[in-house]
Amino acid sequence: MATDLHRQVNPLTKETTDDAAVRVDSLTRSFDGRAVIDNLELTIPQGEFVALLGRSGCGKSTLLRVLAGLDREINGEVLVPRRKAVAFQAPRLMPWKKVWRNVLLGLPGSPGREVAEKALEEVGLGHRSDAWPKTLSGGEAQRASLARALVREPDLLLLDEPFGALDALTRITAQRLVSDLWQSRGCAVLLVTHDVEEALLLADRVLVMDGGVIAHEVRVDRDRPRDIADPYIADLRTQLLDRLGVEAPEAAEVEKVA
Amino acid sequence: MSPVLLEPVVPLSARRRSVPRWLRRTTGPLFLLLLWQVCSATGVLPSDMLASPGTIAGTASGMIQDGTLPHAMLVSVQRVLNGLVIGGIIGVALALASGLSRLGEDLVDASVQMFRTIPWVGMIPLFIIWMGIGEAPKIALIALGVTFHLYLNVYAGIRGVDAQLIEAGNSLGLGRWGLIRHVVLPGALPGAMTGLRYSLATAWLALVFGETINADDGIGFLLNRAREFFQTDVIVVCLIVYAALGLLADFIVRTLERLLLQWRPTFTGK
Ligand SMILES: Nc1ncnc2c1ncn2[C@@H]1O[C@H](COP(=O)(O)OP(=O)(O)OP(=O)(O)O)[C@@H](O)[C@H]1O
Ligand SMILES: [Mg+2]
Repeated sequence: MATDLHRQVNPLTKETTDDAAVRVDSLTRSFDGRAVIDNLELTIPQGEFVALLGRSGCGKSTLLRVLAGLDREINGEVLVPRRKAVAFQAPRLMPWKKVWRNVLLGLPGSPGREVAEKALEEVGLGHRSDAWPKTLSGGEAQRASLARALVREPDLLLLDEPFGALDALTRITAQRLVSDLWQSRGCAVLLVTHDVEEALLLADRVLVMDGGVIAHEVRVDRDRPRDIADPYIADLRTQLLDRLGVEAPEAAEVEKVA
Repeated sequence: MSPVLLEPVVPLSARRRSVPRWLRRTTGPLFLLLLWQVCSATGVLPSDMLASPGTIAGTASGMIQDGTLPHAMLVSVQRVLNGLVIGGIIGVALALASGLSRLGEDLVDASVQMFRTIPWVGMIPLFIIWMGIGEAPKIALIALGVTFHLYLNVYAGIRGVDAQLIEAGNSLGLGRWGLIRHVVLPGALPGAMTGLRYSLATAWLALVFGETINADDGIGFLLNRAREFFQTDVIVVCLIVYAALGLLADFIVRTLERLLLQWRPTFTGK
């Protein structure tokens, strides 16, 4: 059984001539007989930025954990790159390690502190690199966790609501950071978010998860940086909010505000 | 509009530090000591029941000067250290075995839990039969008490490590040993320190019991001899030495905790 599961989350070696960073075929994950992910299909081409929307509890984090290789009690086939990085919904810093050591944890070789400092500098936390995690604010901890994911230079970056605890300004900075990293590294990104606008500003493709499958997807064919007031984007937003089951008047109102 | 009664929010720094902390902590014991001296001096506490602090101080300095007390302390401390090291190694090894793997848990935990229900003091007669009345049964008794405390707490510490952190470590690419070193063991450290504290307390207790086994050396020996001659002052000196050594051990553990557990986001008291 265990070896079987191993094969399912199969590290994609460099030699494999596959232009996809993620291939998921008829994936099912059940908790106590209830299928949270039910025969899900998903392909993410290399270098694509994908945003995943969906109501709370629809299984977004579960899918992310499967892709990260952390959840192997699955049926179906999942192919992901070997080099993955995850930023979880909660920061999950090791409380017994200073921030910079947290950033370096698990990196191959023994990279020097300056590597961590550079990554922390990028998320605006350079001055906190010698702090204990308990002394960080919620948003700072989340940024440290983001730095820890980014420093790994992954082929697939999995982000589970990484900007949740950030104020509007820091959020924009962090979004730009992820966007920059994505553009310079060309890694595939799967960003789980509840923020439709964020999804539309950042992603090439926006997926909506519902009923255990990808129920809807829109492609965002606009150059970056994008403008939320762009009628094309606004139109997509209405469409997505509709899909997410937001009442029509509310959707209209959001549109008006923007 | 009626005026609202305002009260200042007093900054902590203004309220604190009027009296240094160590001084505040010593007032209680000093007061009790004073009370004791007064009771002895006024005859409320007769000297054949309990000697006065003054007499005891004199006896203590005499015992230090003729070398009996330092020698006895050395012997006793050595016994505790030996027992602590032996029991510590066994306890931590067992806890690692059963904490880190299910297999280890199944093999080790049930047996340890079974032996744990035996009061360790009750083992004295068996130890005497097995090991005679030399150093061995005393050290074994201390080691036994230490083993169980460390085992329970280190094991609980390992199993108390946040599964989310293990997962985070996994996703960061840590292997099995990396996980143990960077996540499991540091996470089990608070438990281990608690275990160490309990073990030290048990170790001194075991020492007292152990030294009643026909000791011809150590503090327990002084204690037994003093009992035969009704020397309450010597008895109290010995008790104080036990207590002081226990305090010293506790101080060492506290210092260790302060150094090793400074990362802990726990409540430290108002
Ligand atoms: N270990 C588990 N055991 C049982 N049920 C679980 C477990 N983990 C998740 N679930 C259930 O699976 C469903 C999907 O959970 P998941 O965490 O993937 O939701 P989510 O889409 O990330 O939600 P949110 O947006 O609130 O983070 C939920 O109904 C949850 O209760
Ligand atoms: Mg989630």
